[in-house]
Amino acid sequence: MTRTRMPGISRRSTLALMGAGAMSVAAPWVARAQAKTIKIGMPTILSGRVAQLGTSSRNAVMLEVDKVNAAGGLAGRQIEMVIRDSKGQPQEAARVARELVNTDGCEWLIDGEASSGSFAVHEVARDLGVLCVHTCSEASSLTADPKQHIPNAFRCVRQGIHDSIVGGSYAAGIAKAKGLKKWATCSPDYAYGRDTTGEFTLYLKRFAPDVEIISESWPKLFQPDYTEVVTKILQAKPQALYSCLWGGDLTSYIDQANIYAMFGQMEVFAVNMADYTALTVVKNLPKGIHSGNRYIKTFPTTPENAAWGDAYKAKYNEYPTNWSWQNATAVMFLAEAAKKANSTDGKKIAEVLKGLTIKCPFGADGTVTMRGDDHTLVGYAIGWGTTIPQEPYVPEVKAGDWKTIFELEAEWKKSKGYT
Amino acid sequence: MDLDALAGCLSSSACLVTQTTSGLIIGMLLFLVAVGLTLIFGVLKVVNFSHGAFYMFGAYFAMTAYQLTGSFALAMFAGAAGTAVLGLIFERVFMSRVYGADVLMQLLVCYAFVLIFDDVVRIIWGPEFKSMGMPAAFQVMPLFIAGGVVPPYYLLLIGVALVAAIVLGIGLSRSRIGKVIRAAAHNPGMVSALGINTGLIYGGVFALGGMLAGLAGALAAPVRSLTPGMGFSVLIESFIVTVIGGMGSILGALIGALLLGLIRSFGSLGFPLFTEGLMYLFMVIVLVSKPTGLFGKEAA
Repeated sequence: MTRTRMPGISRRSTLALMGAGAMSVAAPWVARAQAKTIKIGMPTILSGRVAQLGTSSRNAVMLEVDKVNAAGGLAGRQIEMVIRDSKGQPQEAARVARELVNTDGCEWLIDGEASSGSFAVHEVARDLGVLCVHTCSEASSLTADPKQHIPNAFRCVRQGIHDSIVGGSYAAGIAKAKGLKKWATCSPDYAYGRDTTGEFTLYLKRFAPDVEIISESWPKLFQPDYTEVVTKILQAKPQALYSCLWGGDLTSYIDQANIYAMFGQMEVFAVNMADYTALTVVKNLPKGIHSGNRYIKTFPTTPENAAWGDAYKAKYNEYPTNWSWQNATAVMFLAEAAKKANSTDGKKIAEVLKGLTIKCPFGADGTVTMRGDDHTLVGYAIGWGTTIPQEPYVPEVKAGDWKTIFELEAEWKKSKGYT
Repeated sequence: MDLDALAGCLSSSACLVTQTTSGLIIGMLLFLVAVGLTLIFGVLKVVNFSHGAFYMFGAYFAMTAYQLTGSFALAMFAGAAGTAVLGLIFERVFMSRVYGADVLMQLLVCYAFVLIFDDVVRIIWGPEFKSMGMPAAFQVMPLFIAGGVVPPYYLLLIGVALVAAIVLGIGLSRSRIGKVIRAAAHNPGMVSALGINTGLIYGGVFALGGMLAGLAGALAAPVRSLTPGMGFSVLIESFIVTVIGGMGSILGALIGALLLGLIRSFGSLGFPLFTEGLMYLFMVIVLVSKPTGLFGKEAA
C-alpha cells in the first residue's frame, strides 16, 4: 500500500517554521540580518511652518539613496527609507523614532529634526543603541557636550559655533575697514536665536574690540509684524545690524525694513539670508546684505557642487536648502562606511564612521570628515559674502579658515567645561 | 526694562512720530480683523474661531491676483471680494447649522475649519512661505515728518482702515440696512416676523466680517510672509482686542486695536523683554476694572 502525503504543510515544516518564528521574536536582529533590504527610519518635519525644510531633507535623502541603490545598495542590501512626520514636536519625534525601530524594523535612524527634536531622538538612540545620524540640528552642545556623547550617534550638520567664529571674524574685518562700532542685534527669542547671537557677538568683539552693542531686539518666533522692531532699531541709529532670523520671519523682516529704507542706513549681517528658501522668495532683495552660506550651488565653486544643485532642481523643481546638503552628506557617509565595513551592522558602521573622510561636493577642499572625538562633521564649505538680487545671489563668498575654527572651537569648548 | 529709552523717545518729536505711526499701523491692521470678529459676535452671537483663516485667504487671493495682473488695486479687490464670497458660503453651508447648538459644538466646527482651511492653502499654494512683494509704486523713500520716518505704503494702509471704520460706523448707525442688522442682533424673531430674511442678514454679516479680515490680509501681503496657518497669530491678538474693546462693539474694536498697537510700539522701547506681556497685562487690568470691556454692554 502506498502512503500518500496529504497536501499542505507537513508537521516537520510546521515545527521548523514555528522554530524560526520563535527565533525571530526572541532575536529580531537575526531576522533583520537576513532581510535583503535595510530599512532606515527618518523622523522629520513634514507639516507646519518648517515643512519646507523637512521636505527638502527628505528629497535630498531620496536623491542619494536612489544613487546608492542603483549602485548595488549598502553591502549588497537595497535601502528602504521609512520617513515619518514629527510635526516639529520633540515628543512626537521621540515617539516616531522609537516606533520606526521597534515596530517598523528600521536598523538605522537618520534624524531630520530641528534642534529641539534632535535632543529627543538622541535619547531614543541612547536607549535603543541604534545607529543614528543627526542631519539638521546646529546646536553645538549636541556633540560638544561630553554628557551627550554616545558611541552610536553622529552629527552630519554645520555647527552654530563654527558659523559664529567665521561670521564674527568676517564681520570684524568689515567693521574695522568701515569703522562700524555701534551695532544692533535682532534675533528670534528662543534658544537658537539667543545662543547664535551671543556666540556671534562674542567673536565679533574678540576680533574687533571697539564694537559696542547698543540695541537688542528679540521678536518672538513666527511673529507676523516687525514694525516696532524696525522702528526701534532706526531710533537706536546703529551702524550695523546682526540678525539670525530665518525663513519666512527673515523675509517678512526684510520686506518691512525695506519700506523704512533701513538697508541704506546701516550694514546688515543676516547669517541665514543666503539660502534659496529666502533668496528666491524675497521680491525686493536689497543689494549688499552680508550673509553666511547656507546652501548655495556656487559655493564651493566646484563643478561637483553645481552639478548636485542642478540635479536636485531638475528632480524636484526647486533649489535645495541648507538641510538638503546635510542630509545628502549623511547618506554619502553611510554608504562609504558600509562599503569600508562591508557590512550593515550598526556597531561596525559606527566604528568606521569615526574619523572617516569622504569625497563630498560640499567640502571646503572637496572632502568632509566625521571627526572622531566628538562624532561631528568638519571640513564643510563655510563662508560669508554679500547678496545681489538675482542669481547667483551671492557672487563671492569669503571662505572661513578651518585652522582658525579648530583653534577657537577648542578654546570655546574649554571655556564651557566640555574638555 | 529700559525706561531711559522710553523717556528719550517721548521727548523727541522724531521718535514720537515714528513710534506713533508704527503703533497705528499695527493697530489698524488688527482693527480690520477684530472688527469682523466683533461684528459676527454682535449679530450672530458666535465666536468665529476660524476668523484668522479669512485673513490668510485674503493675503493669498491678493498675492495670486497681483501675480496674474500686476495690479495692486485688483489684488486688494480680490482679497476682499474673494473672502466675502468664501464667508457667505461658509456661513450658509456650515455655520448656519450650528447657531442653536452648544458653544462647544460651534467652537469644534470652527476649529475643524481652521485645520481644513490651512490644508486647503497648503494643497493650492504649497507648504512653503511666500512673499507678494511691494508694488513698484510704493518702492519709494519713506516720508520724513517732524524728523520721524513714515513709509507711504503705511499711510495708505492706515487710510484704508480708517475709511473702513468710518463707513462701517456710519453704515450701521444711519443706513436702513444697518438698522435692520442691529435689530436682527437685538431680536431676530421680531425681525423675521416683519418679513425680513434673517438668513440673508446673517450671511451678509458673515461675508462682511470675512471681507474685512480678507482686506487686512491683502493689505498685509506686501509686507508679511504668507504661510499656511498665518491667520492664527493674528486671531489671538484680535481676540485680545475684542475682549479689551468689548465683544460686539465696533468702536471698542477700534480703540482696543489702536491701544494695543501703541502698547507694542512704545513697549518695545521701554519694556523690550515684556512687550507681549504688556498686552496681556493691559487686558487683565481692563477686565478687572470693567469685565465687559471698555465699550461692552452689560448683559440685559
